[in-house]
Amino acid sequence: MSNATTSVPPPTRTAATRNLGLIAIVGSIILALLGLFFTAEDVDQGSSVRIMYVHVPTAWVAYLAFVFTAVCSAGHLWGKKHSLNLDRLAGASAEVGVIFMGVTLVTGSLWGRLSWGTYWQWDPRLTTTAFLFVTYVGYLAVRGLGGTQQQRAKRSAIVALFAVLEIPLVHFSVLLWRSLHQEATVLRPNGDVTMDGLMLFSLIFGVAVFTVIFAWLVLHRNRVLALVDAVELRGIDAALEARRAEEVPS
Amino acid sequence: MSTSRVVGIARAVAAKDLRIEWRSRVMTNQVLPFAAIVMVLFAFALDNDGILQRVAPGLVWMATLFTSLVVVQRSFAVESADSAIDALRLAGVPSQGVYLGKVAALVVQLVVFETVLAVLALILYRVNVDLHGAVLLVTTCVLGSLGIAALAAVYGGLSVAGRGRETLLPLLLLPAVAPVLIGATRATESAFGSDGARVAEGWPWVGLLAVFGAVFLFGGTLGFGPLTDE
Repeated sequence: MSNATTSVPPPTRTAATRNLGLIAIVGSIILALLGLFFTAEDVDQGSSVRIMYVHVPTAWVAYLAFVFTAVCSAGHLWGKKHSLNLDRLAGASAEVGVIFMGVTLVTGSLWGRLSWGTYWQWDPRLTTTAFLFVTYVGYLAVRGLGGTQQQRAKRSAIVALFAVLEIPLVHFSVLLWRSLHQEATVLRPNGDVTMDGLMLFSLIFGVAVFTVIFAWLVLHRNRVLALVDAVELRGIDAALEARRAEEVPS
Repeated sequence: MSTSRVVGIARAVAAKDLRIEWRSRVMTNQVLPFAAIVMVLFAFALDNDGILQRVAPGLVWMATLFTSLVVVQRSFAVESADSAIDALRLAGVPSQGVYLGKVAALVVQLVVFETVLAVLALILYRVNVDLHGAVLLVTTCVLGSLGIAALAAVYGGLSVAGRGRETLLPLLLLPAVAPVLIGATRATESAFGSDGARVAEGWPWVGLLAVFGAVFLFGGTLGFGPLTDE
């Protein structure tokens, strides 16, 4: 029983996590104001450029999340203790990453509709992103396979490392695939357009805000996952016992 | 552990797998007709000789991928039935040997299927292959199968470990084999001469397939043991 108790991380209602949440909320509000009101419209794209302040940060956070998952997975596999906490962090990070990648795909296709005229382009970057999304949905499915917690950790860590191995291959092959089938170059967001100072600041600010949101979500999700694991270890009996103990007036 | 021992185990496992398939006739009596009907259904769905001829390489490889899902599931269902995989583990043989044996048996089976699918494409979709194209096609089939099998064996092993979660295999395998599909389709396009592609254009894609095969085989050799050994 006692080892199960020790595996539960400290509560998330600490000053540090609360402040993190506060920073995330305030940051989001400022970002919304910057993105919607203070920044100028784009010369070519008009107001649709404002999608960028969500699209780019979510994409960044999703990639960050997947890298973090890989690092935690490697840490679990090669660490001496085969820490389950690292495994849960990897899982929490992948969950958040999948959500943010989904947001990236949706905002990206909306933006594409406005600026390129289509929801989807078979562009290597887009295609790789879609593959990443599906691959990590698969990773999360592997986490739900069952078995002991150590089994789950080892299994999903290997799948996570495989996913990281696959991504450059997919990207590279799609790049080659497209290079042969290059049709009339579609309108792309011009990379070399010099960006207005406030726009650039808002973009970087957005990346920072979304990174804070990511950290906050992962911290909480990690704790929930740890509690789920602890419940599994203790079983329902302990939960019942605790519930009964509550009823006795002390 | 010596390399010769790993190779010996791999040969034994591959021979065992192929013998099971040969004797049970599941592949010839069930999977092969499945592959054939997929090719016929493609023709129904697309319903145009010109289009069929043009997309024949893609269809051959899509049919191969679908078939590979069935083959891989079968290959590992054999192991999970009666806990045969536990017996293999108890035998104390190196997992790399088991993995390589599984891959080898899968490659042999996939090449057989691809041959049938390619012949069906020649007949049903009216594509033409000359001698140079045939050499390219055979090489593509072998290397493409290697890439698919090397990945499929890893994820197949995972579905054995996860008992009865076969639905996971397509989700994991299909995105991962996308590079192989791209390389193999382009090489086959050159072999078939679809869309005016020349045979010489196909060989760089074959090289790419070789790279994918090698990378996946390397990763699988490392990952298979920890995945199944629980």
